[in-house]
Amino acid sequence: MSKLRLLFIKEAQAAYISHLDLMRTFQRCFPRTELEIKHTQGYHPHPIISIVLPLPVGQSSECELLDFEVTQQSDGSGIAEKLNTGMPAGIRVLECYEVTRPVRELYALQADVTLEYDNGVPAGAAEAIHGLLHRESLIIEKRTKRKELAEVDIAPMILDAAVTEGENALHIDLKVQAQNPGLNPQLIEKAIARELPELMPDFIRVRRKRVLDAEGKDFR
Amino acid sequence: MDKRLERILPRVQKPARYTGGEYNAVMKDKAQVDTRVAFCFPDTYEIGMSNLGMRILYGVMNEMDGVWCERVFAPWGDMEEEMRKNNIPLFGLESGDSITNFDIVAFSVGYEMAFPAILNMLDLANIPLHASEREGLTPLVIAGGTAMYNAEPMADFIDIVSLGEGEYVTVELIELHRKARREGWSKHEFLVAASKIKGLYVPSLYDIKYHDDGTIEEIIPLEDAPIQVQKRIVEDMDKSYFPVKTIVPSTEIVQDRVTLELFRGCIRGCRFCQAGYVYRPVRNRGKDLCLEYCIDSCNDSGYQEVTLSSLSTSDYPPLTELCDDLENFCAERHVNLSLPSLRADNFSMELMQRLAKGRKTGLTFAPEAGSQRLRDVINKNVTLDDLLQSCRTAFAGGYSTVKLYFMLGLPTETDEDVLAIADVAARVMHAWRESAQNKQRGIRITVSTSYFVPKPHTAFQWEPQITREEYERRVKLLREAITTKTVTYNWHDGETSFLEAVLARGDRKLGKVLETAWRKGAHLDTWDDYFSLARWEEAFEECGVDPAFYAYRQRERSEVMPWAMIDSGVHTGYLWRERNKAFEGVTTPDCRTNCNACGANCLVGGKCDV
Repeated sequence: MSKLRLLFIKEAQAAYISHLDLMRTFQRCFPRTELEIKHTQGYHPHPIISIVLPLPVGQSSECELLDFEVTQQSDGSGIAEKLNTGMPAGIRVLECYEVTRPVRELYALQADVTLEYDNGVPAGAAEAIHGLLHRESLIIEKRTKRKELAEVDIAPMILDAAVTEGENALHIDLKVQAQNPGLNPQLIEKAIARELPELMPDFIRVRRKRVLDAEGKDFR
Repeated sequence: MDKRLERILPRVQKPARYTGGEYNAVMKDKAQVDTRVAFCFPDTYEIGMSNLGMRILYGVMNEMDGVWCERVFAPWGDMEEEMRKNNIPLFGLESGDSITNFDIVAFSVGYEMAFPAILNMLDLANIPLHASEREGLTPLVIAGGTAMYNAEPMADFIDIVSLGEGEYVTVELIELHRKARREGWSKHEFLVAASKIKGLYVPSLYDIKYHDDGTIEEIIPLEDAPIQVQKRIVEDMDKSYFPVKTIVPSTEIVQDRVTLELFRGCIRGCRFCQAGYVYRPVRNRGKDLCLEYCIDSCNDSGYQEVTLSSLSTSDYPPLTELCDDLENFCAERHVNLSLPSLRADNFSMELMQRLAKGRKTGLTFAPEAGSQRLRDVINKNVTLDDLLQSCRTAFAGGYSTVKLYFMLGLPTETDEDVLAIADVAARVMHAWRESAQNKQRGIRITVSTSYFVPKPHTAFQWEPQITREEYERRVKLLREAITTKTVTYNWHDGETSFLEAVLARGDRKLGKVLETAWRKGAHLDTWDDYFSLARWEEAFEECGVDPAFYAYRQRERSEVMPWAMIDSGVHTGYLWRERNKAFEGVTTPDCRTNCNACGANCLVGGKCDV
């Protein structure tokens, strides 16, 4: 029996595949590997697979992780290639390896957040947004699981932010806390809407670049 | 991905429906392609991707050199609104290109209520609605599918209708179109040439003359178009294309599994059933080929569920052997087989229990009518004893949910027949009391009734639909007769079925009504979320068309039906004999027991594969 982990890219069209649909997509590809996925016991057995940090629909990522258990002994070699023969466009498995680190050691994620301004970046926007992301406290309104609106301070979850200006866009190299609690980088949109409404971009694009441990090294 | 699309996708529900990129979606190099086909399904992605016919023809067309067939579905309301607001025309899922300038725009139409969605999709694609406004060879708008056995309400909008099974005729049509484009034919020259191909009906080459009372006086073919266009079929199912490498959607669809087509046609001869008549004759696919297709499709797609599909799967002669042969593969690969419909007989029950392997989902039966008398009228040769015996077996095996489907408003139906439905439910409940293993779990019986819609090319094509008021009265009658809490009664809303009855047997005068209703907002009327009868009532009023003329009128045997130029292979005389036998309450044996000379055997050179 082995516990294996996949590192994969999810981008382009695949960015719109929801979490549940993504699980189904992987389940359908596993028979190609000739590995026997471990199933839950009980009346409706289902395969034990879990996506470590589900990616919000619409965002892309080059560092997604998926854990699964197989009944055989395997170090994961050759698995990525076999899975890739059945994947939709935009999903590509980079590696498959035995799990050595528990998920709780995953501490931060680094994302490229692009703020697109179709009519040019407003003057002073880079500085203003840099300032915003470095405030002591940054309150946004967020829907809780009970569907109520609650005020949340996201400042403690923003670990680092560097803003650079590009053509009709600002690029934020954003490092946020990944879990317990984690911050969805998209939510800085709400902070901008609330604090700097005149700097609201026309579109926000988010791409996960790295997942990190507490030391700032790649979590694998 | 298109930037404008990227902007709107975060705002719509289930955006994965609009992105393409699924496993096995066919991508081609545009430089190697001279024919772009938009294969449109006038309903949502989840419905359209569940359609086997669509998958077959997608494969057939993309196997042609130089042809790139892409899929197009109707956007849900939120997406449509965003597309219109942002000036994004309807696009093909594979390339993302707008279909406005494609060579061929083809619609697969299985259901009359999808007609307005066709108009809406043409409009979203910036393609002129009327065939007469499209002067060039491209885009050529064609349509096929069961609802096109009476294409008359759509005649103003469609250039060519493809009748029957499309595997061969679609290829012939594309080749002819390619030749016409190469040689610079006029659209008219092309249409005349197309009308000479068997199975292709060109509505604009037929003049319709009406009597003063609104019925048809004469259908006049022009330019030597055939008086009757006969449907096409694939004679040998072993040679018919099967989409082994088929698209696996990245988002859940309605039929999210492998669909293995065992045979076409049906031996049963239920008199109300359009599919049962127009898919004749019965043609079986060889068992070993089915086995091979099943294994290969599961291996390629990774699906773990297979539907053994046909109009009446338990009538597939080597069904037991096929299941035996599949047993090992299914066990090894954790693949479940399912049957789409169950006949209430012992054979089906045994098979179902074997396939279910302990997983006890609900059971569904469709007795269609409550009394034996009425079941004989419609030739649904199932007895109450069969049904109860099947239920007893199921209850003894631990099942505790049964769904029963019926129709209200069948010809000759009386209040007694309606009340008999309640009696069937009561007896099923009694059968449970007698035979259930574990009564603590209780029993749930669901009775559903639909509002009978007489369809063209059936034995009931001459009959009136009962009025909506009468339908509602019968629903009430039945509702009051079902008293136990264990029986849940669901009934279809009468408004949709009424409109369906109008469109199903409509003529060309309905083209105007369709267009008017579409302009008033009928965009996706297959969905209750969007359907509104009020819109249609206004459209009928404005166009001076009386819907009752189409839905509620008794036709004479001598009347020229709007679809008289369409030949399904079954003789009208046979349908009329079946109609008369229905009124006498006389049943007709199935095709395996006795050939009843319906005429469809001529399509396969005289002898059916029963």
